Amino acid sequence: MPDTRHEPIKVGIGTPLSRVDGVDKVTGQAHYAAEYAVPDVLYGVIVSGRIAKGRITAIADGAARAVPGVVEVLTHMNRPSEAWRDSKWKDELAIPGDPFRALGDDRIQFSGQPVALVLAETFEAARFAASLVDVSYEEEPHNVDFDLSLAEKTLPTYKRKSFHAPKSHGDADKAYAEADLRHEGEYRLATEHHNPMEMHASTVHWHGDGTITVYDKCQGAQGVQSYIASAFGFRQEDVQVINAYVGGAFGSGLRPQYQVQLAVLAAKKLERSVRVVMTRQQMFTHAHRPQAIYSIKLGAERTGKLTSMINDATTSTSRFENNMEDVVTWGMINYACPNMSGAYTVAPRDTYTSADMRAPGAATGMTLFEIAMDEMAYKAKVDPLEFRQINYSDIDAMNRQPFTSKALREAYREGAAAFGWDRRSFEPRSMRDGRELIGWGVATGVWDAQFSKTSARATLTADGHLEVASATADIGTGTYTVMTLVAADTLGIAPERITSRLGDSRLPTAPVEGGSWAAASTGAAVQVACRAVGEKLLKAAAKVEGQPLAAASSVDDLTFADGRMALKSEPGRSVAITEVMQAATIDRIEVEETASTGLSGLVSQARKSRKTHSAVFVEVRVDEELGQVRVTRVVSAIAAGRIINPKTARSQILGGVVMGIGMALHEETLADLRLGRWMNHNYAEYHIPAHADVQDIEVIFVDEPDPEVTPLGVKGLGEIGIISVAGAIANAIFHATGQRHRSLPITIDKLIA
Amino acid sequence: MIRFDYARPTDLAEALREGAGEEVAYLAGGTNLVDLLKENVARPTRVVDIARLPLTGIEDTAQGGLRLGALATNTETAYDQRVQARYPLLSSALLAGATAQLRNAATNGGNINQRTRCYYFYDVATPCNKREPGQGCAAIGGVSRIHAILGTSHQCIATHPSDMAVALAALKAEVRVTGPGGDRVIAFADYHRLPGDEPWRDTTLEPGELVTAIDLPPESFPTNFTYLKLRERLSYAFALVSVAVAMRLEGERIAEVRIALGGVAHKPWRRPEAEDLLRGQEPGREAFGAAADALLEGARGQGGNDFKVPMARKAILRALEQATAGTPQSQTDKRIA
Repeated sequence: MPDTRHEPIKVGIGTPLSRVDGVDKVTGQAHYAAEYAVPDVLYGVIVSGRIAKGRITAIADGAARAVPGVVEVLTHMNRPSEAWRDSKWKDELAIPGDPFRALGDDRIQFSGQPVALVLAETFEAARFAASLVDVSYEEEPHNVDFDLSLAEKTLPTYKRKSFHAPKSHGDADKAYAEADLRHEGEYRLATEHHNPMEMHASTVHWHGDGTITVYDKCQGAQGVQSYIASAFGFRQEDVQVINAYVGGAFGSGLRPQYQVQLAVLAAKKLERSVRVVMTRQQMFTHAHRPQAIYSIKLGAERTGKLTSMINDATTSTSRFENNMEDVVTWGMINYACPNMSGAYTVAPRDTYTSADMRAPGAATGMTLFEIAMDEMAYKAKVDPLEFRQINYSDIDAMNRQPFTSKALREAYREGAAAFGWDRRSFEPRSMRDGRELIGWGVATGVWDAQFSKTSARATLTADGHLEVASATADIGTGTYTVMTLVAADTLGIAPERITSRLGDSRLPTAPVEGGSWAAASTGAAVQVACRAVGEKLLKAAAKVEGQPLAAASSVDDLTFADGRMALKSEPGRSVAITEVMQAATIDRIEVEETASTGLSGLVSQARKSRKTHSAVFVEVRVDEELGQVRVTRVVSAIAAGRIINPKTARSQILGGVVMGIGMALHEETLADLRLGRWMNHNYAEYHIPAHADVQDIEVIFVDEPDPEVTPLGVKGLGEIGIISVAGAIANAIFHATGQRHRSLPITIDKLIA
Repeated sequence: MIRFDYARPTDLAEALREGAGEEVAYLAGGTNLVDLLKENVARPTRVVDIARLPLTGIEDTAQGGLRLGALATNTETAYDQRVQARYPLLSSALLAGATAQLRNAATNGGNINQRTRCYYFYDVATPCNKREPGQGCAAIGGVSRIHAILGTSHQCIATHPSDMAVALAALKAEVRVTGPGGDRVIAFADYHRLPGDEPWRDTTLEPGELVTAIDLPPESFPTNFTYLKLRERLSYAFALVSVAVAMRLEGERIAEVRIALGGVAHKPWRRPEAEDLLRGQEPGREAFGAAADALLEGARGQGGNDFKVPMARKAILRALEQATAGTPQSQTDKRIA
């Protein structure tokens, strides 16, 4: 397990620690869903549909079945029975609508829909045979054009659980009409696909006794466990789901993906183990960030003080489910403004359902809102950073609630100082270096600081080794390391003597990993479990000769460090943990505990707003003639409460910034409207930043003590890093060139002068 | 991927025997062919792996040029000291392409024979005349962002994706091939084809023919040259527009110049008549503009790629300035010179 030889011996919360699973990952010891060796496994290759909408009229599979090694061609006509009612197909994060069922029936609802699964003794035979399956269709008219779909936009009656309706205040229309300064703009974001490195994959181990083990690429093992049990008729306890390592997900693994449906269906039908791995191209046939259009009207006094904001956004969804995001609320929460209104709708098109992708809603809404803010700053002739401070709100301006903490002012100050913002000239096109125009832009990010009830188990053995375990996931975010650090901090045990386990549905209950809540929630669960171990140790310490800890009545009277427990009041009185175990003849102490908000937490949640914030400063250089953009400097100042591991935390923000560069300049899934099909469905033509696109990035964590927000004072970092980066880049491009771009990504064709 | 026979000959004669027939593919570095096999775009019944043929190496020619082995890798070629010193345009174009890992595997012969990256060509669920003659071209009227603005036909608007080939066109290289009909030499301008009514034919190679080497002529343009590539990100993307310029100045005047464009046509785009406009002229924006206009005469977008027409014109002007000034575009410092 973890090799932490090069780390300091005494570590805890706040110590920069290399990820404890790093060595396993770079030496190939970390196994991903498609990599588990399972005896006699069948390889399933997915046949993807050609049309966007219609019905399957025939499937000719004779040639495929004739390929040596092919065992079965699974289609909607020969699949085993599965749950009939939609309610049985609702996953942990299900949204209103009819969940997609792979091979459910003859209906085609989106291009690339799986229409058959070819199963063979070898991958090669399955892949070859898959190319021979001939599917006939009856096509129906489709629409994947977002602009056309706007004619059908609606606010669904049934809301997604996570959706927060915008709250209006004052009379925004009147205030806008009467404002000294008015700005109106229509902002857009292209469809994006998550594109994690690891393709979605599932390996189902059919044990033959009614139980299955499913190695699945997902963000929540227990969610997938319940889903499989419910949809495919297993007893919950007969399904074990393992996702010990996940090669990125960005939200694409929040809900069970269709490859796990296919793998389980096939295993059930053939009573054999089955592996199904999507191709990169098939990764473009499911979850994606919705396309968005957002019209914003801002009214302000001549001084730059906002008097009105009117928000109206629409995002894309499918025809079978209504994916809803919080798009328009972020600016309303963040800025003081007496009159505000928000409207939000979704527009259906014939694609798979859009899905949560890193900072869903905020990455779209706040990013675009921050471009509008920049435009108003220029209308008011106020420095864009000062403009934001003029409109700073110390309370959640939409919900009219105090924050548990908001160190955004400090983020502005520290970020600006590190960036050198005070040297910026106000006028666009006023900074250049030869043929490159230089622009500096700023934007603000906001995200929710969330907490979810989570359980963890801590097991201490007589040799002084500690294992902490929870059914959470680590999608590359650093959860393993967070668990180790919190355990080391609580019990004073060195990280190399701690093993963290996660990604297994049999471990103590944890929610799906996402929304930036994993560190705060799992961390808190590990802490309470370790504290409980500490209490048992204290009790056992009575058996130690001389009773050195007799003066302590609880762990609060003790310090834990270097494998020893000592009296806070009299540090000289201490004893090694292993000595306590020995004296009390205890082999192991095992405790499972649950961290929950508690009554005071619930009261606080009802009364206070909990948010993370960021201030993003960007320098771009744009070739005046050819429009080539280089993002040469980024400073991201983050206010996110307590930072458990500064090292992986920084990596989280770096990754978010890089993804934000992609959102600003590169990422766009292009649809052929006639075929109803995404066309640039590969890594060569769907562009994300390459190394050359990523230059200096500085991450600053501002001090933000907040014991109220979550038990550990942790706010979470998974999303905040990406939010508004693209806005800051768009604003910097305006400052450089004088061209205002309201539609992301700002590709080179839009910039060529 | 379909099932195919596999042969790995060790001499040319054996390779040509194995390579005879219609449904045969020669495999070199595999950086493109393997993708095409996996996507079911290429469906050869026999794959002849030529990696063991003695076609590696880079040698001086008797005429004072350089002979690039068909199986020399792009990396070996780009960093060959003679190439770097005498044909820096070629080195630069090679380094503008792909990634270090791909260039390590990709060969010179494979590079010029790579297929288009047209979205539709790669997606067997969509119609494509290049892949399946007679199916129609979905790119026309479809997503055409990366497609051609010159030399298109009603059957195909694909581009050739190679950077190397653009430099080779400017350098007037020659392609040496061998085949069932014997050896022959093809001028680079005649090697790649326009799509016309046979868009499935990328080159003038006959069935069974194999590239053995690429010859660079003695005139190498070591001082006034550039390879300027504009793309969707700063590295690892195919050219939207690229420009190779090879120039020789005598005093204040242009004695010789070649301009080749990538990303705009089914082949590296050169027009000697555009170059003629510059020969004997003093360098300057006006003269460059006239040459650019001549080179782009008839350029027309397909909707999604209309931007390529002004982009190409601006890129030509800038590239000619870079070459004139002897300040070629760096492929590592992404700032445009």
